[in-house]
Amino acid sequence: MIRFLLTLTIALGTGFPATVHAIGPGEALKDAQLEARARDIGRQLRCLVCQNQSIDDSDAPLAQDLRRLVRKRLVAGDTNRQVIAYVHARYGDFVLLRPPMDPRTWILWFGPAIVLLLSLVLIVMKLKSRRTRRQQEATLSDEEKARADALLDKPGAGA
Amino acid sequence: MTLRRLLFVVPVILLIGLAVIAASYLTGGKDPRELPSALINKPVPVFDLPAITVDGQTTRPGLSSTHFAGKVTLVNFFASWCTPCLAEHPQITALSRVKGLTVVGINYKNKPAAASQWLARHGNPYTRIGVDAKGDTALEFGLYGVPETFLIDRKGQIRLKHVGPVTVQVMNNKIMPAVRALLAQ
Repeated sequence: MIRFLLTLTIALGTGFPATVHAIGPGEALKDAQLEARARDIGRQLRCLVCQNQSIDDSDAPLAQDLRRLVRKRLVAGDTNRQVIAYVHARYGDFVLLRPPMDPRTWILWFGPAIVLLLSLVLIVMKLKSRRTRRQQEATLSDEEKARADALLDKPGAGA
Repeated sequence: MTLRRLLFVVPVILLIGLAVIAASYLTGGKDPRELPSALINKPVPVFDLPAITVDGQTTRPGLSSTHFAGKVTLVNFFASWCTPCLAEHPQITALSRVKGLTVVGINYKNKPAAASQWLARHGNPYTRIGVDAKGDTALEFGLYGVPETFLIDRKGQIRLKHVGPVTVQVMNNKIMPAVRALLAQ
């Protein structure tokens, strides 16, 4: 019984992440579709005061202002991309939770993959060289073979 | 053989390099939470803000983006409830006495009566003050708190942004050199 209740509590507690945000009741647009777009955009913009939360998640007054700005631009007819560009033009790259893809950020995007690739190459090289070395050590040279035969009293070996 | 030796040295060099870079950031004195302005060398946003009016009285005219052409202007976002704004007030006052420099204020999310009282008590260095009641103009400036200070050149372009209070050091080392350069243009 206790286990069932515990499981139920945990399931309920972690089951509703999508409804956790700081958007106040008065902020939502009347048009449900526009409001859905506003929430989608809000999840992509960083609250610059809290810096680790999106503007949808943050309680900060600046986040509130930015949410209001996003909704104002949507009502004015901007596309999602235009709204984000509007905020980006005023606040810079850091307001985007997803860093832009341009030559300056290639290192950010591709760096980890490149490092991983290089590491794999180095590992493969290391393993190969170790294998060849072990093979070299495992096979006897002709002189060593002759001595081994002699010791083993193999027929045809020199005295 | 030498290639393998070299491969051993490369990570050490990289680590030393990273340590040097990290040390320079740690000792650089710059607040890492401060973000570079996206508006440098862009024109001042278009705005038109009313004056602080208390009981029908105004002491300074309002501020709009048409007031920047031909002048070197310092725009200071402030509020009476903002403690660092009070801390930087002596510097803003000192800057208002710099010959050739126009100092204007934007009153951010402040009740006009409170702002007016604050200015009467601490001094009013601004030739014009615009009231940004809801902070909409601040959003156009890419503001994320008060105080923030901007330098506008004669062509109406934003040339400098300072986040946080203008300390004496900031005034002497960051603002004044930029002001002199812009005045010379």
